[in-house]
Amino acid sequence: MTGLTFELLCMQLLTGIALGSIYALLALGLCLIFGMLNVVNFAHGAFFMVGAFMGVYFLGVTGNFWFSLILTPLATGVLGLVTERFLVRPLYGRGIDYPLLLTFGLSYVLIEAMRVTFGIEGLPSVTPDGLKGTLDVGIGFFPKYRLFLIAATTVIIFAVWFFIQKTRYGLIIKAGAADQEIVKVLGVDIAKVWLMVFGLGCAIAGLSGILASPTRSVNPEMGIPILAESFVVTVVGGMGSPVGAVVAGLLVGVVYSMASLFFPDLAELSIFVLMAVVLLIRPQGLFGKAGAMG
Amino acid sequence: MKSFFQFIARHRVLASTLFLMIFPFIMPYEALAINILIFGLFAMGFNLLFGYMGLLSFGHAAFLGIGSYLTGIGIVHYAMPWGAAILVGVIGAAIGGLIMGFLAIRTRGIYFSMVTLALGQIVFYCFYKAESLTGGENGLRGVRVDTFNIFGFPVDFLNPLVKYYIILFFVVIAMWLISRILSSPLGAVMEAIRENEKRAAACGFDVARTKLLVFVLSAAICGLAGSLRALHLSIVPIDSLHYLQSGQAVMMSILGGMGTFFGPFVGAAVMLYLEDVVTTFTKHWMAVIGLVFMFFVLFFPKGIWGSILSKLNLNQDSK
Repeated sequence: MTGLTFELLCMQLLTGIALGSIYALLALGLCLIFGMLNVVNFAHGAFFMVGAFMGVYFLGVTGNFWFSLILTPLATGVLGLVTERFLVRPLYGRGIDYPLLLTFGLSYVLIEAMRVTFGIEGLPSVTPDGLKGTLDVGIGFFPKYRLFLIAATTVIIFAVWFFIQKTRYGLIIKAGAADQEIVKVLGVDIAKVWLMVFGLGCAIAGLSGILASPTRSVNPEMGIPILAESFVVTVVGGMGSPVGAVVAGLLVGVVYSMASLFFPDLAELSIFVLMAVVLLIRPQGLFGKAGAMG
Repeated sequence: MKSFFQFIARHRVLASTLFLMIFPFIMPYEALAINILIFGLFAMGFNLLFGYMGLLSFGHAAFLGIGSYLTGIGIVHYAMPWGAAILVGVIGAAIGGLIMGFLAIRTRGIYFSMVTLALGQIVFYCFYKAESLTGGENGLRGVRVDTFNIFGFPVDFLNPLVKYYIILFFVVIAMWLISRILSSPLGAVMEAIRENEKRAAACGFDVARTKLLVFVLSAAICGLAGSLRALHLSIVPIDSLHYLQSGQAVMMSILGGMGTFFGPFVGAAVMLYLEDVVTTFTKHWMAVIGLVFMFFVLFFPKGIWGSILSKLNLNQDSK
């Protein structure tokens, strides 16, 4: 292979990490909702897509990327709150398939809603002014925006970790996931906790949407492949394990970008093959517990 | 009145066949009736796994697509007779089901849905990339079947009504097979696994083998639906393999009534008819079906047919 240098490999690795950080963020949101509510949010890809649209729209209206970075997760978060309160909540206790089916139906509606509002072509994605161009990272020039992407997701993931591990609210969430009866007895309104967790998960999905928007085309169908990919991440990492979600997200991103360097035709396939291999060796995923698959 | 319904319930294949014989005359045009017939079969095959054994697969478009593509490739590239091409499609889908099932049944519950969805994407990309055989994004064109002879009689496959009855012939065979499976001991084990997997295992049934067997049977039936669709459309669109297509099978089963024999058919008919009506005045048909589906999940989890059956108080396992 000609032209394959150490620098090229490093660059591709960095690209993979940037891609993987989006996967990690998405899988983290899925994992949060699943761990607490036992709901697989099939509309997660759709929330990601809505986030990208909102991001570009708010950026156009306010002209400020940082504003839209705050407004977008708020908007998708509120959408998540409404979804949990009026659509998902009536289905608790009816088995695990129903919320999954409902959110699948919701994803249809969200895709069409964006088509009605913004047209089927989608919106041109915009890179914020300060983050255009490339930066010398010592081994070559790398797009500034991707470096920002890596930094931003690191901060967000750390913030979520801090929130869950170090705050009182996090303690309640963890306790609620372990044993909701006890938490109820202790006087915590568990329904409100579930509402908040679902909203938070959807806000994270929206945030990953706006963060990813400059690196891909913003159209109503953009959430469809990414949902399948974030499921791969969840399966590889292990259902309900936040550490697994982050590690597997990065792994999947790197595998994808390495495959597109060496076998460009098989890039999309590579991550699914990775999943199949993990399944054969560890059906519960890299960080999953054997009993936590039900 | 009740004994009349019980009579129908006992002879469900016969009753369904008689109904489907007059079905094209109820529908506004034959092509819609053929489409409903094919997707009804697809949903029935899917429902075998989901409704009767409780495994929610989101990868069944893979089998519809494999059936369609293999039949199409057989006819377009190898000039196979159409009967042989259907056989290739069905066997291919069954082999696909064996491989996918082997991997997927290692997992449970929601994990199973995610894994089948992801494996379905593998099949999607494989056919998408094999452009010289499948036509890639444009789909496979030119799956032509026009006139042929059955026992010396010329049959015009281009006549929609003739096409309907030829396809119905295959659908009835598949329905008979499904009905036989459901009323066999295997059917009882399937429902035992749906109700309580651990208890079924404790009773001495080989749960993993039953799951795999039903997965393969379900894949083969969905593959047949795909083969027939290739003949019907005379092209194979790449959308056949898309996971939204898997979602359609799920929606049809829920809409009609999962775990009922004829429910998936009712679901397919309602959904496709609704699509036909809605698209005449708005192109945002997905939003309508999404809302209808959500409404059913929330308020009518038994589906249309399932609700009718429980209103009539018919025993679930006789229908």
